[in-house]
Amino acid sequence: MLGNMPEKQTLGEVLEQQGVSRRGFMKFCATITSMMALPPSMVSAVAQSLESAKRPSVIWLPFQECTGCTESFTRSHSPTIEGLIFDSISLDYHHTLQAAAGHAAEDAKHQAMEANKGEYLLLVDGSIPIGNPGYSCIAGMSNEDQLMEAAEGAAAIVSIGTCAAYGGIPKANPNPTGAVAVRDLIKDKPIINVPGCPPIPMVITGVLTHFLTFGSLPELDHEGRPVAFFGQTIHDRCYRRTFYDRGLFAESFDDEGAKKGWCLYKLGCKAPTTYNACATVKWNQGTSFPIESGHPCLGCSEPDFWDKGGFYEPLSATAFGPTSALLAAGAAGAALGAASAYAARRKQKKAQESQT
Amino acid sequence: MSGIGDIAVRLERPLPEDHSFGNVRPILHEVLHALERLADTGEPTTIDLRAMPFGPGEEQKLEEALGTGEIAIRLDALGESRIVECAFPGVWLITHYNSHGEIMARLIEIAEVPAIIRAESPDLRSGATALRQRLEEGARDDDTTDAAMPEPHNTTDETG
Repeated sequence: MLGNMPEKQTLGEVLEQQGVSRRGFMKFCATITSMMALPPSMVSAVAQSLESAKRPSVIWLPFQECTGCTESFTRSHSPTIEGLIFDSISLDYHHTLQAAAGHAAEDAKHQAMEANKGEYLLLVDGSIPIGNPGYSCIAGMSNEDQLMEAAEGAAAIVSIGTCAAYGGIPKANPNPTGAVAVRDLIKDKPIINVPGCPPIPMVITGVLTHFLTFGSLPELDHEGRPVAFFGQTIHDRCYRRTFYDRGLFAESFDDEGAKKGWCLYKLGCKAPTTYNACATVKWNQGTSFPIESGHPCLGCSEPDFWDKGGFYEPLSATAFGPTSALLAAGAAGAALGAASAYAARRKQKKAQESQT
Repeated sequence: MSGIGDIAVRLERPLPEDHSFGNVRPILHEVLHALERLADTGEPTTIDLRAMPFGPGEEQKLEEALGTGEIAIRLDALGESRIVECAFPGVWLITHYNSHGEIMARLIEIAEVPAIIRAESPDLRSGATALRQRLEEGARDDDTTDAAMPEPHNTTDETG
């Protein structure tokens, strides 16, 4: 995985060398088109682009993180189809995954940065402490200095996970290390945020594949997230949405409503204000997602999700007081969703104002 | 001291068979419209089932509703793929697996023949090149040709 093939080969050449047939290639294209959340009609265009796609150099810097993002990323790596994607990138530095250590590893990073200046993709997971550099440093260099050095020659930066994208848990109140997100420090490079705690493996793969296929970054939303995966709320795509619309809610984790799979809004579900692809892409090879397992969405792909009130308090609770009155009065689910979204935005704005 | 066996276990009743989250019927309508479009204009459609918000058991219900038709194809390329014609001609359920047997993509293709089945031009050309090569090798060694080729007389005639 770490630099095991010659540079500058096209993916078409790589696949041909591996003896992949045309049908195998088309199956590969159908799968990654689905992975990139593109419409199936794009398969031919994807095939055409991929045949001539060049192998990009990737440098991954882990900062204040729990390695959950890397765990998630490696779970999307199995033989055959996804394996071909990872064989198609040159992962030149990732200090958790690589065998090399010490000066050899740092030299390899600098060589890759020099050889691919202006062209490599920089992946970051974890937030960056800007107070005392001793909180997190690698090879005696602060995370901030490492980021600034690697960002200079990068074509683009991908912030993997909520910590790199928004500061995440290290930035949660009272933020003891002075943690910030990549976008707080880098202002002159394209940044794509792939939040989630951790992000869905297929979403990480989808973003890398988009860069590999089209040589550009996908369309982003107002939070810098790829619209293809973060364009809709989990609530919009939730299979329990029909119960929400009919006003059927679980009141506790073991009542009849919970057993019947009713909406988890009143148990604190943050799906109405959370943009992510969990409800369709799902987890563990498409097995399920938290709501399908009977647990409310925590909203982990949203900025400051850790400081947005209790995980088991309804979205409306802090903004409107007791939920019972609101739910009794608001029979229309759509109105409830709109109010919750407004309340969450207002609360977020207030939090931002108090920080500045 | 009590053991794990002393912890009371109560089996919960599973969801009733007629339980519905309401996501199957809209997809069947989408398939119907695509099938009518195919019949009228010849335009094929592909529906990516990974983009659908299925609840527990709903994918199986969709599969049951689509039924099974006359053709089932197994493709071996980068892991197995199963291509099954549904009870409605022109509606194909395609499941791509990786080599671990994990589902990588699930599609409904509404087409006369699924696109992945067709042999494409590059395949035809490389196939012809490979066959020509074998015939030429066979002409150089009649014994090998007899063993490997189904019609040795034609082979000899064409190449000799």
